[in-house]
Amino acid sequence: MAEQVIPTKKMPPGLQVENVDDRIMTLNVGPQHPGSGHMRIIVKIDGDYIVDADPDPGYVHRGEEKMAESRNYITNIPHLERPVIHDSCNILYPYILGVEDLVGIEVPERAKYVRVIAAELNRCIYIQYWLAIYGIFLGHSTMFMWPTGDRELLIDLMEKITGARVTHAYFIPGGVRNDVPANFEDVCLRQVNYFEKRIKEYADIFYDNPILKARTEDTGVLSREDAIRLGTTGSVLRASGVDYDLRIKEPYDVYDELDVHTNVLKEGDSYARSKIPWLDMLESCNIIRQALEKMPKSGSIRKKLKPNPKGRNDEVYHRVESGRGSAGCHIISREKPEPYRLKLSVSSFRNLIALPYLLKGEKLGNMPAVYWSLNYWPVEADR
Amino acid sequence: MSVIAPKFRLGYFLKGIFDNAFWILTLVTLAGIPTIQIALFLIPLPVINGQLLTAYLAFTWLFNPTMQIPLIKALLYSDLFRIAAFPGFGFAALIAAGTIFVERKMLAKLQLRVGPFYCGKIEGILQLVADGLKLISKEIIIPAKADKPLFWAAPVLFVGTAAAFVALIPVAPGGWVVADLDVGLLAVFAVIGFFPIITILSAWSANSKFPFIGGIRALHQMVSFEIPLILSLLGVVILTGTLNLSEIVESQSSFPWIIFMPIGAIVFFITVLAELERIPFDLPEAESEIVAGWLTEFSGMIYGLVQLGSYLKLYAFAALFVIIFLGGWTGPVFWPPLDVELITEGIPIPNYVGDPILTVTTPGLPLLDKDPNEWVMQQQGELVYTSGQLLVSGVIWFVLKTVGVIFFILLPRGVFPRIRLDMLLHIGWYKLIGLSFVNIFIALGLVYAGVIGPGGIL
Repeated sequence: MAEQVIPTKKMPPGLQVENVDDRIMTLNVGPQHPGSGHMRIIVKIDGDYIVDADPDPGYVHRGEEKMAESRNYITNIPHLERPVIHDSCNILYPYILGVEDLVGIEVPERAKYVRVIAAELNRCIYIQYWLAIYGIFLGHSTMFMWPTGDRELLIDLMEKITGARVTHAYFIPGGVRNDVPANFEDVCLRQVNYFEKRIKEYADIFYDNPILKARTEDTGVLSREDAIRLGTTGSVLRASGVDYDLRIKEPYDVYDELDVHTNVLKEGDSYARSKIPWLDMLESCNIIRQALEKMPKSGSIRKKLKPNPKGRNDEVYHRVESGRGSAGCHIISREKPEPYRLKLSVSSFRNLIALPYLLKGEKLGNMPAVYWSLNYWPVEADR
Repeated sequence: MSVIAPKFRLGYFLKGIFDNAFWILTLVTLAGIPTIQIALFLIPLPVINGQLLTAYLAFTWLFNPTMQIPLIKALLYSDLFRIAAFPGFGFAALIAAGTIFVERKMLAKLQLRVGPFYCGKIEGILQLVADGLKLISKEIIIPAKADKPLFWAAPVLFVGTAAAFVALIPVAPGGWVVADLDVGLLAVFAVIGFFPIITILSAWSANSKFPFIGGIRALHQMVSFEIPLILSLLGVVILTGTLNLSEIVESQSSFPWIIFMPIGAIVFFITVLAELERIPFDLPEAESEIVAGWLTEFSGMIYGLVQLGSYLKLYAFAALFVIIFLGGWTGPVFWPPLDVELITEGIPIPNYVGDPILTVTTPGLPLLDKDPNEWVMQQQGELVYTSGQLLVSGVIWFVLKTVGVIFFILLPRGVFPRIRLDMLLHIGWYKLIGLSFVNIFIALGLVYAGVIGPGGIL
């Protein structure tokens, strides 16, 4: 029997529903929604409860991987950092490691330390931006302004090192593009110490706030088994009690010479997921201080590269711990100046997979808290 | 480099003041005075000193020494002045505008930024004017499937209801209130009861999903917080035995009720935050969840009207807190005696023979006294304070207290995140209602123990 369909024109003004008996309302959260980012979540709600959530990324797909096949290994650098311009050093890191592997080039010791410092500074810049948006998603406008303001300190520092505020394109195969300025060690240490003092104040206004705790604790709980089964990485995985940090498990460059601690929380709720990146920033400050101490005071900053280098006939996969989780890069080379195939394996897309599982059965008010606690960057997921 | 505000320079500051003064004078001359003259043709004018005031005579009389004071007094005590200017809509709108400016600057200082800075040249003082002009010049977009009459009516009704709330607020002794009702507090409850209806009507008439959810949330919030709001004020009603707001203020001449009713004051303050939809209770406008809640489909001046209404409401609620718990306009009278040049025809002096213009020392502006002879009676020792003195110092105390309460209403926006609907309802139904009953029992205990009330100690 045909389903009775009520014509839209004769509907009285009021709530438009698909069927008279239908309790379910479908909401398009995004792409033009202040709580979505460059993506869409199709949310079905029954009253205040979410019965179904379907993330729909792809609005900012730029075809980075296809673009990489028609450019050589050096000209690939500036566009491959575009997916996450706030974390440009870390998203570029696996590609650079892979190209060095393919071309067969050794990196000077000083360049390795400069890379670690730049990567950790960039991680802090990214997390500050993420934290600001988390604050405004929960209606805490001060938490939006403070991190964006304090982030400027590190952006100024990165500008001194690389010459660019956001899109640095600093790492190149064989080292880094240019040397740090003359009094860099002192300036960096001072800025980082001040920055650490500032971010410790966030606990007072945000993390110890009773309303925030009541709102985010026990919401969107991701158990240890589910976190592993769904393939989440980074802060989401560590908030669920899995001690997995690539800087320790698979150390690259000079991370094995530094004393790196990871932060693991067992709860697996939105509060734990929002706290892990903040603890990561404090840890990054420690790593930067150690690297500044151990860094060779002088020496070469990059190995000279042949013009238009060709990779060997091989395929490599390297991954690093970015601000969001493991960022991997798979390069297939066919003895040409361009990569035959390049694949970015990004953590944002892996973390997004957990979203429908976490949102099901939650209240609508918890949606932004759960969604953004997944440490997700929409542009990175689309690449 | 990060953006740093330019340094303070005296030259720029003075230039800003002069520029503003120039434009104000120009606009008043070219637009303000003609508008007033045209308006004067349309309103009924009073008879002063046996002569009927006409629009042609208004400006002539204003500069005639013998007619100035009667003219201004006739204006001050007209109903139109009460409704439109003081203590009605104009006064409230002025405080609301100040509130918006203070909110933006205060929040900016709290969040390590500058806030409005360039517009008006002095600390962005004209930013509100610029925002208003922008809102007026915007196109009003109405959704195709909206119920148009209701959609248009809702913002107007919202401002109208807020203005009705303002009309019930007494700001100074001697009947300075638009509507002095014996059941003033009951009328306040009745007016507050209209807000959820207007909200849900406007949300439903937009025929859109996010406004609908926002409207339902607003309905939940306002209805469930109205009960503790009413109950928390009943303690004071039990102690004073009246519902008239002016009498409630006069009962606090020696001490404010917040000393005996701290629980009621706290409950009332929290419910005010919820009724005003301010953070942490801004669920109906929760940006990251439901775009802008029930305001989503509003654009242009419709949105501006709703914002104006909500800030008027904020002023009215802060004033209600001051009236009921902080003693309203009560406070030391400090308006000092001034040397004022008086015109004897303007102010009748009993049994006076001589020069019509004389300079005497009078307590305060005799312009504001209800009876022009009050300053003479005060010098003879028959009156302690003239009504003009009481008015000025009363208004100053009232505004100071109200601004203090408004500051505390604004402050949570910089400190707290938004709470969730179930937490909100839990707070409203379990905690606040229980606490307001505790408050009522305290009031009953005070009355029966003989502390306050007829034959009480205080």
